[in-house]
Amino acid sequence: MYEFNYRRASSVSDAVASSGQSDDASYLAGGMTLIPVLKFRLASPSDIIDLAGLGELKGIRTENGAVVVGAMTTHAEVAGSSEVRQPIPALADLAESIGDPQVRNRGTIGGSIANADPAADYPAAVVGLGATVHTNSRTIGADDFFTDMFETALEPGELVTAVSFPVPDRAAYMKFPNPASRYAIVGVMVSQSGEEVRVAVTGAGGSVFRVPEMEQALAVNFAPEAVAGISVSADGLNEDIHASPEYRAHLVTVMARRAVAAAG
Amino acid sequence: MTLTVTMTLNGESVSAEVEGRTLLVQLIRDHFRLTGTHVGCDTSQCGACVVHMNGQSVKSCTVLAAQADGAEVSTIESLAENGELHPMQQAFKDNHGLQCGFCTPGMVMSALDLVANNPDPGEAEIRDWLEGNLCRCTGYHNIVKSIAAGAQAMRS
Amino acid sequence: MDTGIGAAVTRKEDFRFLTGQGNYTDDIARPGQAHAVFVRSVVAHANLRSVDTEAASAMPGVVAVFTGDDLEGVGGVPCGFAPDGGPMNEPPRPVLAQGKVRFVGDMVAMVIAETLEQARDAAEAVDVDYNEIPAVVSMEAAQAEGAPTLHDLDDNSCFSWGIGDAEATDAAFARADHVTTLELVNNRKCPNAIEPRAAIGEYDSAHDSYTLYTTSQNPHVIRLLMGAFVLGIPEHKLRVVSPDVGGGFGSKIPHYPEEIAVTWAGKQVGRPVKWTAERTESFLSDTHGRDHITRVELACTSDGEFLGLRVHTQANMGAYLSTFGPLIPTYLYGTLLAGLYTTPAIRCDVVGVFTNTAPVDAERGAGRPEATFLLERVVETAARELGIDPVELRRRNFIPADALPYQTPVIVQYDSGNYEGVLDRAAEAADYAGFARRREEARSRGRLRGIGFAGYIEACGMAPSNIAGIIGARAGLFEAAQVRVHPTGSVSVYTGSHSHGQGHETTFAQIVSDRLGIPFENVDVVHGDTDQIPFGMGTYGSRSLAVGGSAICKALDKIIAKGKKIAAHALEAGESDIDFESGEFRVRGTDKSVGFGDIALSAYVPHNYPLEELEPGLDEGAFYDPANFTFPAGCHICEVEVDPETGTTQIVNWNAVDDFGKIVNPMIVDGQVHGGIAHGVGQAMLENCAYDEESGQLLSGSLTDYCIPRADDLPSFHIETTETPCPHNPLGVKGCGEAGAIAAPAALINAITDAIGVAHVDMPATPEKVWAALQSAQGE
Repeated sequence: MYEFNYRRASSVSDAVASSGQSDDASYLAGGMTLIPVLKFRLASPSDIIDLAGLGELKGIRTENGAVVVGAMTTHAEVAGSSEVRQPIPALADLAESIGDPQVRNRGTIGGSIANADPAADYPAAVVGLGATVHTNSRTIGADDFFTDMFETALEPGELVTAVSFPVPDRAAYMKFPNPASRYAIVGVMVSQSGEEVRVAVTGAGGSVFRVPEMEQALAVNFAPEAVAGISVSADGLNEDIHASPEYRAHLVTVMARRAVAAAG
Repeated sequence: MTLTVTMTLNGESVSAEVEGRTLLVQLIRDHFRLTGTHVGCDTSQCGACVVHMNGQSVKSCTVLAAQADGAEVSTIESLAENGELHPMQQAFKDNHGLQCGFCTPGMVMSALDLVANNPDPGEAEIRDWLEGNLCRCTGYHNIVKSIAAGAQAMRS
Repeated sequence: MDTGIGAAVTRKEDFRFLTGQGNYTDDIARPGQAHAVFVRSVVAHANLRSVDTEAASAMPGVVAVFTGDDLEGVGGVPCGFAPDGGPMNEPPRPVLAQGKVRFVGDMVAMVIAETLEQARDAAEAVDVDYNEIPAVVSMEAAQAEGAPTLHDLDDNSCFSWGIGDAEATDAAFARADHVTTLELVNNRKCPNAIEPRAAIGEYDSAHDSYTLYTTSQNPHVIRLLMGAFVLGIPEHKLRVVSPDVGGGFGSKIPHYPEEIAVTWAGKQVGRPVKWTAERTESFLSDTHGRDHITRVELACTSDGEFLGLRVHTQANMGAYLSTFGPLIPTYLYGTLLAGLYTTPAIRCDVVGVFTNTAPVDAERGAGRPEATFLLERVVETAARELGIDPVELRRRNFIPADALPYQTPVIVQYDSGNYEGVLDRAAEAADYAGFARRREEARSRGRLRGIGFAGYIEACGMAPSNIAGIIGARAGLFEAAQVRVHPTGSVSVYTGSHSHGQGHETTFAQIVSDRLGIPFENVDVVHGDTDQIPFGMGTYGSRSLAVGGSAICKALDKIIAKGKKIAAHALEAGESDIDFESGEFRVRGTDKSVGFGDIALSAYVPHNYPLEELEPGLDEGAFYDPANFTFPAGCHICEVEVDPETGTTQIVNWNAVDDFGKIVNPMIVDGQVHGGIAHGVGQAMLENCAYDEESGQLLSGSLTDYCIPRADDLPSFHIETTETPCPHNPLGVKGCGEAGAIAAPAALINAITDAIGVAHVDMPATPEKVWAALQSAQGE
């Protein structure tokens, strides 16, 4: 790691102010991605602003029928929360599928979505469940939040404070993990809320994306067979030593169909 | 920039001067010379560095020492008392749950967090929990047996 | 509690490992130590225009920066084997690059600083100007007409070697009814011991002597190679210590340039120099394993009698020859191609090729997994092509139990075994008869179930030294032991074998306890320090018990023989009338006896002692050179279920029956088999060391890309053993450490191809490969 200045923020406004005063600050949430990145010397922030002390960013509450997850809530907390599992079991299951127990004990939802790893699970939840991202200065709709690989709509210094998930009628997440990293090669979140159906795919492309053709078919008939014949184009999908674009495209259909079946 | 980190390490209050970039595992191993916690990788996969921080298992290679300021940290060295192995350690010995021993401290610390969450884990639950702990010697067969036996011993 | 030979004794070493008190190389902090970081080539093939260390040298905390120029005159890293039968190109391997780099990870410079982070900071400031040359990554590219050459040679070939009677094999094929042919890739693996390599070099000016702490499976071999061939340090001035070592799997056999660099630099900077690999560095610079491309043909009669086997293999050596690199794809490979069968004519030709990749050397099994994979794949495929049950086809061709010892057409002579008995027992344990029913049941759940067999034989316990010399080894392959009985009857055993997980401290103590009739607790085993151990060839090739254990037995024989002389004097009897049993020296046919402890005391307090004819003391050493290899054999049966929609394979049953001869500690043996299977499953399903074909960059350079098996990738295993004792060593033991890794890949690929009904899937059989194979099968 390159050397940096470390400080703990005392409040959200303190964190944002510190960030504004720094040459090049990084917020530190759970650190499950940032610390490995620093260890590989792939980033050299002048300042690390640790958000661990910000109680206001922690915890899960129900608000206006939505499940609101504080940005510093860990994956383990989301997976183990009856306030999540009872209304949105798909979200608890997704959190349970992230990384390993030690990663889930440290990693946070805010850190995950701000990092916007194309193979991370949470982007599928945010987009697939039509969530709203709350920051220190505004709210951002799910479809506007993830802009590209490792890119989000967040402005420099802007801090995610919470993610608000509306409760769907039904939803499920199916993940085909990378055998080594256990990130998603393909992960598909499917949800239905009244007339609206969302199918969000992570892992397959440069950023999480929706599959309108599947959504339309499911809006007519929310059944596995409705998506069985629909495939996404392999063009532009990710390619690595574990999976070709063609295989990823195939898995999108399989995982979507299984997610619909699991959503019941 | 140096910082002072104060923590409870294996029940004792300790403090040290560290750099911002110092990792918790470096503090434990290099400064406090508790070398039972190991480093086997640089991408948070292997779990040889698992310790408990505020009662939860964490990978100490992916935590800054500064983040542990004010925390309670316990390592493999904290388990045995007066030369008596903890029931989980004893189960690893009885079931040949270790060979080279390098992944073992992390395995044991991880297993204890599992049992804290699930006092009677089945084989599939144990295998699933061990996602963050790699062993290259045992094929996991005897580790799974050890953890099941250790959990049982801890229940009784 | 029984602690003798055959008892499942829990391990002596476990207490320290379980309490965090192991002492691995990186746990050692020498007073005043400085930290080394190596600057490694970021390109696969380049001439070095310059290596500018000026800025790095000026960085905070930097003690010294060295490049290849500083090491001029220091010998290169030696190779320990050159196969007979033809010349081998053996280009030099400098410790730090001298004008050229040949793989990503090749060492260019060494930065030493007060702290590790300072060394890392300064390593970044070393400015290397690379003049890139096109890289040759695949063996095909390396052998292409006009390919760039790595070394000052005409081409990239290392050796061309063959074994077996080519004419007889051609004749067998000419009269065959059926020929089964397979083109196979034996995928490159990274051994990935969980403990990364580490080394500390230290120079003591007071005694003009050096100490190297290193993560080695064979510290004496390192002392010999580094002392005699590289740095010119005589043995009495060089101590090599391998303390607790966190797994080896072959990757800690070779002598590595880092060991040389820290030892040399320790003297230059006048303080201990420590280096510990990061995992990324391990991927780049540890030796890799396997990496063969093979064409195999099996000639049969129409009723399945094997007539001949023809094998052509290209073996990737990497950029340089590692210590035993050329041994692996030659004598550890071609000699095992008879397998368990009576195939009368066998010919195997191997070419070794240099490429711009990390050096290849032993990885668990080393040559024998490659041989077993091709053989058991081609046998299983022949069974399918001929419409003969795979178990039946094997039975028709097994070497019968009464034909042993058996001379194969590829040099080696099998010592003992009952191959059909092993297969029968395994098939019964696996309920082969009930497989069709299980397959149907799986089909009803949308799963494709398959079963795969792999018989195997391996040559362990390397090796008679005279034979080793004839075939090209530049060392003997005996083992040494010292048994030191202390005055009060406790015993320290000094062994040249090295334990890095195998439990020697327990197994060897069982042997001593059993033979001397003394409590297990009274025996300690010491290993891994050249200043304490008389000599040693180390641990690899499943040799520790068969060779190292036998050396201990020979030393124990001497202890007992001397004890009888002392006892005869004490009991006033003739030496030939003394029997030794259960810790008592007894005058035959009388009730006169004396205990082992009394004899030990008498040896050190020789008041009533035959001093005229016998020296005091009870301390005996022995060297044991084996008469032959030992030949463990077995059968592994794997059952899988494939999800046809995703290609995901789940292993649902694993049954193995192995014959390791006599077993000293069945608990430890089971653990060795489990671990071996995991390595084999990893190779067959998960692990692939992948380089970019153009750039030579390592694509699988971290554990987020390179997949080693996790707990949820594997089932629990059902394993059993049968026993045909080894006839030529004192314990009747064979070897068990590599069996699983040898048998598993063929069993698993046979099961997967059976499940999905295709001829072949290359390793690792990833979900995508299995899915693609299903797609093309359905398209046909």
